[in-house]
Amino acid sequence: MRLSALQSAFLDWLADGDEDGAQSLPLRRAAGLAIYQNNYRASLMACLVETYPQTMAWMGEADFRAAAAHHIDRIPPHSWTLDDYADGLPASLSAQFPNDREIGELARIELALSQAFVAADAMAMKPAQMAGLDWDAAWLKVIPALAILPLDTNAAEIWMALAEGQVPPVAQEQQKASAVLVWRQEEMCRLRRIDGDEAAMLTLLICGPVLFGQICEQAVARWGEEEGILAIGQWLARWIGDGLIAVTQA
Amino acid sequence: MPFIPAAQPRPRFGLGLRRPHYQDFLSGGVPVDFVEVISENFMVAGGRPREILRRVRADYPVALHGVSMSVGSADGLRGDYLARLRALVDEIQPCIVSDHLCWTRYGAHNSHDLLPLPYTAETLDVVCTNIARAQDALGRRMLIENPSSYVAFSHDEMSEWDFLAAVVARSGCGLLLDVNNIHVSAVNHGFSAADYLAAMPYEAVEQIHLAGHAQGRHGLIDTHDQAVPDPVWALLRLALARAPYAAVMIERDDNIPPLPELLAELDVARAIAMEELASCA
Repeated sequence: MRLSALQSAFLDWLADGDEDGAQSLPLRRAAGLAIYQNNYRASLMACLVETYPQTMAWMGEADFRAAAAHHIDRIPPHSWTLDDYADGLPASLSAQFPNDREIGELARIELALSQAFVAADAMAMKPAQMAGLDWDAAWLKVIPALAILPLDTNAAEIWMALAEGQVPPVAQEQQKASAVLVWRQEEMCRLRRIDGDEAAMLTLLICGPVLFGQICEQAVARWGEEEGILAIGQWLARWIGDGLIAVTQA
Repeated sequence: MPFIPAAQPRPRFGLGLRRPHYQDFLSGGVPVDFVEVISENFMVAGGRPREILRRVRADYPVALHGVSMSVGSADGLRGDYLARLRALVDEIQPCIVSDHLCWTRYGAHNSHDLLPLPYTAETLDVVCTNIARAQDALGRRMLIENPSSYVAFSHDEMSEWDFLAAVVARSGCGLLLDVNNIHVSAVNHGFSAADYLAAMPYEAVEQIHLAGHAQGRHGLIDTHDQAVPDPVWALLRLALARAPYAAVMIERDDNIPPLPELLAELDVARAIAMEELASCA
């Protein structure tokens, strides 16, 4: 058997555990084959358990492991790093639990936290730098370790309660559009709930460096001159204090 | 073209840098000559893992030990993987870069396990081509580690030790001799670990791994979750008799004990090395 055919057949067998697939492998000593099957599934399960601790706490360990095993049955790993295997679970959970939307959203929050943890470093702007900046020529951009997740449920409140060892609230749908902001400040990952207006403004910066004046124009167009400028001023002070804004180009 | 072996002597006795011991190493003063890290854990864009490694590197030489290069993949190596590893190598300036004689990926799918290779002429071509590409991409010589294995292939054309010797001769890579893996595979496949060691090209052996294993239903399993057992210490002694200047390192990846326990094990390795050096003199 050619090496390419053997490797293709071996991976197929690892993914589905099919007995006929095992029989087709050209093995002289096959007793240890089960060890590879066990290693494969155990490492993928360990990755998912480690990445989604609060999702597992919310669902209960047995239900989480059953859902994760279903995911492992269907989706083989695609990347050189095991960490990337966690990427697909939120969508898988949303598909498995369409009537419990907070489950998929909890998982998306935890995935964003794990991705922020190892995202590229960036020099965040300090509040003390604000006074010396030429705001008319300032280009603003956000740090790479930031994600905005639109939420339809109170998954952020559930996550925060679980992470702090508190009794989580009952899951419920959100009445207004909102989102959760996930980012890394220094070496700590953080999150906070933001409303739809703040999410919309911050999303403008995620797409690339934007002139401060353009952000102001957008805000004025939405809320009028006085309210728009006031809102942007307040948000920008908060964003800079939270370490969300990268050093600007002038 | 074979690479010239590194002229500098290797740091001698090291431990794996694992999360429970980060603070010990960051505080400095841990009596080891080098630390070894799993390369992939630090091939990230930024954040705490990379920062920890930078800070540890300021105090200790670092060996990069990979688990995902997949030098046995029939469809070659991944360019994005090599580029990330090269970036880490350039930043960390490791004393050793190593990976395993195995395959972990074919096509778009990964296994995240060190899968066994049939020892054939075709596989030898694949492995040597891949190692040559990796050494070119990294701009340095690599060490290849002998695997532990749980199955053998019916179309094997040579023994693992002959295969390894041929890989070294053709690719110019060095060897990372894992004596626990030799023991595990010897028990599982019924060959003599001493015969295996006797056949090694010792001029290429630059590092030796020590670890523990577990007894499973289908054979010994390379678990790295136990202290180094007596049969593995015995193999270390045999290996050091032929490669007395190889760097020696203990791998512990699960059931990780307090650092003093691992340092005491490393002292055993030091004592064996001293005895073997004295007997060589």
